[in-house]
Amino acid sequence: MELYNGPLDTKEIFGRWLDEQAASNYGAFIPFVGTIRAEDDIEALSFDIYEPVLQKWFDEWQEKAKALGAVVKMAHSLGDVPVHTSSYVSAVFSPKRRVALELIDAFVEDFKANAPIWKYDVKNGERIYAADRSTVMNGAGLLA
Amino acid sequence: MIKVEFLGPIGKAPLEMEANTLADVAAKLRTDSDLSSWLDKCAVALNDTMVNDLSTVLKDGDKISILPPVCGG
Repeated sequence: MELYNGPLDTKEIFGRWLDEQAASNYGAFIPFVGTIRAEDDIEALSFDIYEPVLQKWFDEWQEKAKALGAVVKMAHSLGDVPVHTSSYVSAVFSPKRRVALELIDAFVEDFKANAPIWKYDVKNGERIYAADRSTVMNGAGLLA
Repeated sequence: MIKVEFLGPIGKAPLEMEANTLADVAAKLRTDSDLSSWLDKCAVALNDTMVNDLSTVLKDGDKISILPPVCGG
C-alpha cells in the first residue's frame, strides 16, 4: 500500500508494479484509476486517511487475494488533489482473467465502503466534507 | 484511563476518560453535544482494530477511534 501527498503519478506507479511482477507468470493484470472530475465548481478534492486501520483493511485483502493465487495493489493520495488528476489507483494480478475481474470489483467496492478515508470538496480554498457521498462503515452506530 | 480520538471531519480534540467497557464510553459520549449528530453514523476501532461489541472490556492505555462515514477514491 502506498500513500502520497497530492496527486498520484499513475504512469510511474503502474509501470513499477508491472516491472515488479514481470517474471511472476501472472496472465492477467487489471488496473483501476480514480480521477477527479470537474463538477459542482470544485477546484480539487482533499483526503484524510487513518493509516493504521487502512493498513489492516488492506492486509486482509492481500490475504484474500493470496488465497486465490492473486495479488492486490493500491495507492492513494493525502491532502489536495486537483481536478483531472488521480487520487486512487489499484490493481489485481492473477494467473487467469476471471479471478482478477471479480477481485477488482469486490476490492474497489469494499474500498469505497470500508477504507478509513474521508473526502472533502475544495471550493474557494475551503475544505467541505463530502457528507452526502460518504458511506457508514460496517458496525456504525455502536455507541449511539 | 483510556483515550478517545475523533477522526476525519468530526474535528474534535481527543478525550481521556475512565471506562471499563465500550458501553461506558458510549454512555459518556452520548452526553456530549458536539457528538449528537455523529454517533449514530460512526464506527469504532479499539487499538486500531474495528470492534462491534459494547461489552468489549477496556484496559488502561487503550485507544478508541471514532470513524465517521467514509469516501475514498
